[in-house]
Amino acid sequence: MDNNLGIYICSGCDIGKSLNVERLVNTAKDSNKPLVCMSHEFLCGPEGINLIKNDISEKKINKLVIAACSMRAKQDVFNFDPLTIHTERVNLREHVIWISPPNDNNTQLLAEDYINMGAVRAKKSAFPEPLIQDLNKTVLVVGGGVTGLNAAINSAKAGYDVVLVEKKSNLGGFPYSKYKKWETKPPFDKNIWIKEGLDELINQVENSKKIKIYKNSKIKSVSGAPGKFNVEIEPSAEGNNAEAAVSETIGSIVVATGWKPYEAKKLDYLGYGLTSDILTNIELEELYSELSENGKSESFTVKRKSNGDAVKSIAFIQCAGSRDENHLPYCSTVCCMSSLKEAALIRKNNPDTNVYIIYKDIRTPGEYENFYRKMQDDEGIFMVKGVVSGVSYDKGNNIIDLKVKDTLFGGDIDLNVEMMVLASGMVPNSGDVECNQDVNLTVDNPPSASGASCPPSIPVSTAQVAKSGLLNLTYRQGKEMPDLAYGFPDSNFICFPYESRRTGIYPAGSVRMPLDTVFSVDDAKGAALKAVQCVEQTSKGKAVHPRSNDTTYPFFDLPRCTQCKRCTEECPFGAIDEDEKGTPKYNPERCRRCGVCMGACPVRIISFKNYSPDIGASMIKSLYIPEDPTDENYRILVFACENDAYPALDILGLNKMNLSSNIRVIPVRCLGSINNVWYTDALSKGIDGILLLGCKFGDDYQCHFVKGSELASYRMVNLKETLTRLVLEEERIRQIQLEFTDYMKLPEIVEDFVNKIKSLGPNPYKGF
Amino acid sequence: MSELNNENPVLIIGGGHSGISAALEITEAVDKKVYIVEKKSYIGGRVLQMYKYFPKLCPPFCGFEINTKRIKSSTEDNIKFLVSSVVEEINKEKDGTGYKVKIRQKPQYINDNCTVCGECAKVCPEDRPNDFNYDMDTTKAIYMPAISTFPLKYTVDENYCKFSACKKCESACKYGAINLNAKESIIELKVADIIFATGWKPYAVEKLENLGFGKFKNVITNVMMERLAADNGPTSGKILRPSDNKEVTNVAFIQCAGSRNENHLPYCSAICCMASLKQALYLREKTPASSPTIFYIDLRTPGRYENFLNKAESDKNIKFNKGIVGKISEDHATGDLLLDVEDMLSGKKIKFRAEMVVLAAGMRPNIKDDLSEIKIDGDIKIDIDENGFIFNENYEGGIFSAGVAKFPLDVYMSGQSATSAALSVIQHNAKL
Repeated sequence: MDNNLGIYICSGCDIGKSLNVERLVNTAKDSNKPLVCMSHEFLCGPEGINLIKNDISEKKINKLVIAACSMRAKQDVFNFDPLTIHTERVNLREHVIWISPPNDNNTQLLAEDYINMGAVRAKKSAFPEPLIQDLNKTVLVVGGGVTGLNAAINSAKAGYDVVLVEKKSNLGGFPYSKYKKWETKPPFDKNIWIKEGLDELINQVENSKKIKIYKNSKIKSVSGAPGKFNVEIEPSAEGNNAEAAVSETIGSIVVATGWKPYEAKKLDYLGYGLTSDILTNIELEELYSELSENGKSESFTVKRKSNGDAVKSIAFIQCAGSRDENHLPYCSTVCCMSSLKEAALIRKNNPDTNVYIIYKDIRTPGEYENFYRKMQDDEGIFMVKGVVSGVSYDKGNNIIDLKVKDTLFGGDIDLNVEMMVLASGMVPNSGDVECNQDVNLTVDNPPSASGASCPPSIPVSTAQVAKSGLLNLTYRQGKEMPDLAYGFPDSNFICFPYESRRTGIYPAGSVRMPLDTVFSVDDAKGAALKAVQCVEQTSKGKAVHPRSNDTTYPFFDLPRCTQCKRCTEECPFGAIDEDEKGTPKYNPERCRRCGVCMGACPVRIISFKNYSPDIGASMIKSLYIPEDPTDENYRILVFACENDAYPALDILGLNKMNLSSNIRVIPVRCLGSINNVWYTDALSKGIDGILLLGCKFGDDYQCHFVKGSELASYRMVNLKETLTRLVLEEERIRQIQLEFTDYMKLPEIVEDFVNKIKSLGPNPYKGF
Repeated sequence: MSELNNENPVLIIGGGHSGISAALEITEAVDKKVYIVEKKSYIGGRVLQMYKYFPKLCPPFCGFEINTKRIKSSTEDNIKFLVSSVVEEINKEKDGTGYKVKIRQKPQYINDNCTVCGECAKVCPEDRPNDFNYDMDTTKAIYMPAISTFPLKYTVDENYCKFSACKKCESACKYGAINLNAKESIIELKVADIIFATGWKPYAVEKLENLGFGKFKNVITNVMMERLAADNGPTSGKILRPSDNKEVTNVAFIQCAGSRNENHLPYCSAICCMASLKQALYLREKTPASSPTIFYIDLRTPGRYENFLNKAESDKNIKFNKGIVGKISEDHATGDLLLDVEDMLSGKKIKFRAEMVVLAAGMRPNIKDDLSEIKIDGDIKIDIDENGFIFNENYEGGIFSAGVAKFPLDVYMSGQSATSAALSVIQHNAKL
């Protein structure tokens, strides 16, 4: 590959006023031997861009160093074909002149170092070779309930083939054999027949030429990667006359396995089991279905199970198990509407019945409020805010005694009712926990936190409980989707609800979060979009979120691999499997290009075309380290996360706030991609301190690569041994968890660290 | 999959979180051109004015940075922005293949040459109220509208710029980026689909006369509280009350200010409970001596948001009162506020003194107002419900909605609805 380097230094936006640009041009020439090196007063203007374009066509410049503003500005004009031109942006504006004193030797040295690092990176970078492939684009939908049916039909309508797997003999899921649901469109204020629209949907799915349906079936295993998944489908326990196991090639997967009711026997503290007149909400739904002869009859009388008499009083107990740290710590979201719906049905069929709804908070979001308002107008419905403190059964009178405390207006009340309904919550069908250990679902200790039942291989907070039985992935990191909390494999990212830690596999509906059927429809469509988008992007050789459009991916120089398994363990997305010996088997289609594997590898065999341990090390080596131990000669290397810390430094610049000129910033894909060799290279070169600026970690982690910033912190443990060996203080390396908007704190953070380093004195290796 | 016709682009009305998300989800799945029409001079929408998102308490700019990076890194370059623009007319194409849309774009006084060097603002003599901070401070008449402005350039406020009487900025700009003689333009597009991602505005709480917003300086809204807490806000992140810039400790949050009220917003705005809990936590973090009180009817924290309620409840300095605030009056001497509260738990009427009151103003969908300004062909079916939401989409006609245009949704669920709308567009095109 030819390295025809062109260095273009912009003197606009006061760069020329603050720096000696002529000297910059001369030092850049001396240090980097470019084919072209020049300055221009308005490089992003039409004349400047034309200059560069002419050099590209006439002088065959293919490695551009644009020393001007931030890589986040003017991307639209400094825009050259990435497959044939490497464009390296050197940030002389936001990261040099806007934060440092003008016409100062230290500011000049800062600019020189940045240009040299940029030139080295440009020279060392190769062009991306996108992995363009013909891939299978069939969508596998697991689960044939409301979410699954909608995911299937909507993928088909978008033009994609679909394979739908349902464990039961019929499609339709939970509502299939029930009675009524609340209206699915505004004004949401009445009940409608539960199968309204459902039979038609099932019909559409069953008759679609694009959808292949496996009923009575479940997933035996999923191997491979997006666009080339091999899915083994086998008969489910429910299916006695299902076909034999078959395999399908699949592009991407929507997991719509829904929910199951919270175990009724665990609700004995609310009287479940005392009498047949204490039901769960599911049992009441079944009763309605039975009484209505599966919807054939609109009018029926609800009778007590114990004696067959018409019910005259009934209490609904909300949050039976939900919002309770000893049971389900979360709110199951649908139970308030469910109980209101069920109360309305009782009032319609047994008009003399008094209905008590005992609640903590009534949660009817949005226009669902219309339903609640209507029910509040019903004089036979009594809304009782309070907590059930005791339930007993008076056998002689066949009456349920209910004690409620903390009610409105202070007092405790006693209620006698003939029937009682427990609004039990939703539990996601996200696989069965392995290891035969109870997972403690408390607020403080969601199962995704470290210390969960199975010892995690990596001591970071995002380690997972081992599960199986649903997708049965043949992935090295486990058989099921990692949970976010409470068994829900939900996205951790507010801005990106479909962020999945298993590329190409998207959970939807109530397996992902407690959702009703109305919002499950949208959720199914959203997940289906992500599923088809994943294979479309991947087939073009592009990464999916969050590095969408990135065409680079890591190469593994396997002959040098020592089978230490760090990359296969630490990949946040489970993209790397391993063979019997522990040699990594990398799946580019599952990869998100964060570089965590590159950071993990102790023998540095993993590298991207434009990002590698060698490139980083060479950039560090290009820095000028003055030997004279004066204050301004301290050198602090800063590794800054490209997504948050680097922009924060830009915003600092836009606000013209001062920052120490002792620092040299290297942007990284993620702190998790920092290879320890960079620390030792920097310290042996004489760098006095190293500062890591990256995302927050822990339960509310902000790292878009899940655990990159946390891994960086974890790897410091190994690093401390290295520092001890070098007889260097461990305080010379510090990691700061920084948010985008923390830019105002940066001057203090940096100054504090610089002062710490000054108190330790210069790096003794300086000059060696 | 079906070949998509790039002559039939998608129009997305609104460049907030939902509009941007829909545009990205479409263009990362298929090769299709998308136009985003945005009223403001920058995209990102109202969420950029949030200090932090619930429940993670992370800044909105982090996700926005990823989204702008997704836009900038696309080699197809399929997303086009029409900022400072409004849709004026939507007409059905005679052949039934889509819509002809007329868009009015305000004069683009600043062109793409702008480098955001800031020389213009240095010489600008005029100040304007800063709408990004809900008018709680000022900027120059030529200004950067947000900390993470995209497209990255300055903006001129027509209401405050003196134009030809001044022109100091024009002469200060070395890059020919300013033209104060720029004229507005009319853009006509033929589109196949339309997504309404028009978002919301806070309910005009001055209509709740008993609560005193607009009369008493220290009664503010929840959106203003976001800016007071923001480090880049008018008070540099110190929670100071407007009347005397005093650091407040005793703050009352009043839930359902307008929401769940048939005379105002009959629906629940769905986000205000989480927002007030979040803001109570801001106050606790920034002012350790603080003790916020939340007056509520029901606390609505669905799903795993319950965890966030637990977090707030575990802080004993945050008080919860199930009660209705009947009236607020002002103690003129101190600027404090006196609340008449009907405490539903004790059944008693109580008096409560607060240094500042934050009204949890509900979300009012913008479409209802916006559509009155757009001339729409009578044949076009847009099903707006009585509250102004487009919940029922027009699949045949290719008219969809996302975010709060659809239903009162938070950021997370808005992203879900935008992703869903993206699939609807692809389906509609598969049929064309």
